[in-house]
Amino acid sequence: MREKSKNVAFLGVCTALALILAYVEILIQPLIPSIPGIKMGLPNVIIVFLLYRRSAASAIGVSFLRILLVSLLFGNMMALAYSLAGAALSLLFMIVLRRLNLLSPVGVSIAGGVMHNVGQIMMAVLLLKTVELSYYLVVLTVTGTIAGILVGLCGSLLVRKIPEKLF
Amino acid sequence: MLKNSRRIMNKQNRIRNDVLLVAVLLLLCAVGILYLFVFREGGDTVRVTVDGELYGVYSLHEDFTEEIRTGEDDGQFNRLIIQDGRAFVESASCPDGICVGHRPIFRNGESIVCLPHGVVITVFTDNDKYAPDIVA
Repeated sequence: MREKSKNVAFLGVCTALALILAYVEILIQPLIPSIPGIKMGLPNVIIVFLLYRRSAASAIGVSFLRILLVSLLFGNMMALAYSLAGAALSLLFMIVLRRLNLLSPVGVSIAGGVMHNVGQIMMAVLLLKTVELSYYLVVLTVTGTIAGILVGLCGSLLVRKIPEKLF
Repeated sequence: MLKNSRRIMNKQNRIRNDVLLVAVLLLLCAVGILYLFVFREGGDTVRVTVDGELYGVYSLHEDFTEEIRTGEDDGQFNRLIIQDGRAFVESASCPDGICVGHRPIFRNGESIVCLPHGVVITVFTDNDKYAPDIVA
């Protein structure tokens, strides 16, 4: 019982942290020169951490909760659809690749970053019924890889530095 | 000791796999870029769709300006300009402005997309240019 409530509290803190990271990302967006519409995906640091330290289920839960909350707070329902599609595909690939144990956390995160874009484009193709959109994938794969490397480095740093006993 | 060295080996293997993954992704991109920019030729018409439905078709060979009106009471706009055989969005009322920032398009299949308004502008090639010449 005690373990369970501890787990609930821990995941709640993780969700709050992911939310704050999403907000920080919105705040620092104008400061870093980047192409409009392309985000680094800072909250995914938490997802990578959870995937390696906790379970796939907790990563999925926190990911979907934070998307729902961020969409309600800062976005709209259209953004929710794109985010969900991206997160679902990205989580699927990250969980499978984590199980296969072929890649380091950074590699898993890269795959996650790229697949997030693929999921979003697939959703856009579905909603707008325009296959031509998939041309954007060329650019998005490069940016997704860079974002994945940055997120992966932060995530694996957390996995290494945060002591197991803390929670 | 043995277990430890195995783990280190594993780690090196995984990092090698990471590099491989990035290499494959970049290769895919390079192929995509080659396909998009080298092997495609200029198109003839610009087709505008709003939420998947046809809005209008305009020739790329004549200079032209169109205010694409969308949303409730046509309250949103994307100003499409065709100039010197290239199409671009000069201004728009969408929040992100990605369509305005997009470089002019002219190659067959290239497109400018405004996600907030559901507007897709795509270049096409006249099919009859390639139709077999049955008369001669």
